[in-house]
Amino acid sequence: MVRYIIGRIGYLIVTFFIIAALTFMLMQLLPGSPFNSEKLTNEQIEILKDQYHLNDPIAKQFINYIGGIFKGDLGVSFTYDGRPVTKLISERIGPSAVLGIESTIVGTILGLLLGIIAALRRNTYIDYISMIVAVLGISIPSFVFAGLLQYFVGVKWALLPVAFWEGPLYHVMPVISLAVGVMATIARFMRTEMLEVLGQDYMTTAKAKGLSSVTVVFKHAIRNALIPVITILGPLVIGLVTGTLVIEHIFAVPGLGDQFVDSISKRDYPMIMGTTLLYSALFLIIILVVDLLYGIIDPRIRLASGGKD
Amino acid sequence: MDKLLEIKDLHVSFDTYGGEVKAVRGVNLDVKKGETLAIVGESGSGKSVTSKAVMGLIPNPPGRIKQGEILFNGKDLTKLSDRKMQGVRGKDISMIFQDPMTSLNPTMTVGKQIMEGLIKHQKLSRSEARERTVKLLDLVGIPNPDKRVKQYPHQFSGGMRQRVVIAIALACNPMLLIADEPTTALDVTIQAQILDLMRDLQKQMSTSIILITHDLGVVANLAHRVAVMYGGKIIETGTVDEVFYKPKHPYTWGLLSSMPKLHGKSEELLAIPGSPPDLSNPPKGCPFAPRCPHAMQVCIEHMPDYTELTDTQKSACWLLDERAPKVEPPETIGVGGSK
Repeated sequence: MVRYIIGRIGYLIVTFFIIAALTFMLMQLLPGSPFNSEKLTNEQIEILKDQYHLNDPIAKQFINYIGGIFKGDLGVSFTYDGRPVTKLISERIGPSAVLGIESTIVGTILGLLLGIIAALRRNTYIDYISMIVAVLGISIPSFVFAGLLQYFVGVKWALLPVAFWEGPLYHVMPVISLAVGVMATIARFMRTEMLEVLGQDYMTTAKAKGLSSVTVVFKHAIRNALIPVITILGPLVIGLVTGTLVIEHIFAVPGLGDQFVDSISKRDYPMIMGTTLLYSALFLIIILVVDLLYGIIDPRIRLASGGKD
Repeated sequence: MDKLLEIKDLHVSFDTYGGEVKAVRGVNLDVKKGETLAIVGESGSGKSVTSKAVMGLIPNPPGRIKQGEILFNGKDLTKLSDRKMQGVRGKDISMIFQDPMTSLNPTMTVGKQIMEGLIKHQKLSRSEARERTVKLLDLVGIPNPDKRVKQYPHQFSGGMRQRVVIAIALACNPMLLIADEPTTALDVTIQAQILDLMRDLQKQMSTSIILITHDLGVVANLAHRVAVMYGGKIIETGTVDEVFYKPKHPYTWGLLSSMPKLHGKSEELLAIPGSPPDLSNPPKGCPFAPRCPHAMQVCIEHMPDYTELTDTQKSACWLLDERAPKVEPPETIGVGGSK
């Protein structure tokens, strides 16, 4: 098992550097330059380019950049008067992380509950309502939902603050907007998996032992139904991170998303690289965690990857 | 011998979109203490449904017990609440399932799956239950039981899994064991081992067994009495000797003839032509009449009553009526004649 994890981390690092290289090259293909202001003369632009080493060959720039990563240095922002990218990111990462984590937890828990209840009450109105909610949650984009929430809950009924990030109450609407999609996807998946598991022979075996229905569902059904659900959790969380870009904008949350979009339009190369690499690292870690979780829940996979005991 | 289980006029139906399917239509059965009763019949004859009704495992909806009583030690199981029935399942009556590959939970260790019942019914502590589990695994012939308890089902072969399933069923020393085609999914050499195991265990524990199967070889091996089911009804019942050597019902003849024989004269396998009746629209008369080579007008119109041939053998066939023509069983039933 330990060997497996070490191997996976090795792959992860390799993938990370491939992403870094690709982003670096793609960024060079972007038309325009960071110093497009009409007020600058050509000479001044050349001086700026020299100062930021943009006249060096691309290979050299890349090697310098990678060297910087090892020292924890992601370069200096072009637009924020030479402030280091690491500092800019760490200032903004808090709200984004909180928003992401809260939405994942809320969405997953509600989704599992909804899916399990729908499966156990199959073909009753509870099931139908849950699935209507789920279909709505999947089909309505989070930004539409966010707008509706702002209009009704925030403005018309004035129950919650419309925007900004100043306390727990401010979290409610953005978290709901993001969590709804996750909840809906997980609910539908969980319902299908639960129905599948409930029809399995080992459920009859469990019942034949005289276990109560609650024990049968909790000890035998849910764990087995979770295995496939875990696989979609990774992509879902990744989707959530992308979702935060828009949602942060709508609710004026001072997170990474806004800064990231801004940096692209301003060709702030080190900012683009820094944020992309942060997101990539996050994705890679989520994928690894999901795979490990999979092994913890399903003993067949654990042994297949860890060798014989 | 005392009757442990008595099923009286059991009717079980399933409500489907196509209407009510009458899977079991008036079954009467009894099982004595320490006895093995085999229920045989082809797919869809209602044998599994009958056994599930005894376990209280008919999924409701769509299934329901329409009428009848299932008396176990004198108390009617059909009238028990869910909670009371949970106390019976796994403790007094337990069940061995057909397919050991799917009847164990893949994400739970084998030991835990056996312990569950012990903890629930016998109120054992975890360590006591674990000790007893190791003994059970040893009893059902699994080598290295103290190591095997910690393993998962996928680390066991099919035959070993079926032993685990048997250990689960035997955990609380049940009075009645229902084995629903316990060897169908196993290969032949393993089948023999499992049958030997069941016979030994029955001797040791004096459990009554209801054996559900369509394999007449298994019946001959294990059972004391046989009930032949067709179209949701029992059409013939008797001791193994009676049913194998002096069968009276044409369907039993057909079943026995269709058994492949090593030294048979005919090269081809004998089958009963036709297919079982549609139980959403069950026939008025004898369900076997449309496939029966000896069917008469009366067979289609009226279900025959049981004719008591001996104290133990009963058969429901119009041929046994004194007004019916004399029909001899075909020679192909094989086991006859030699006795």
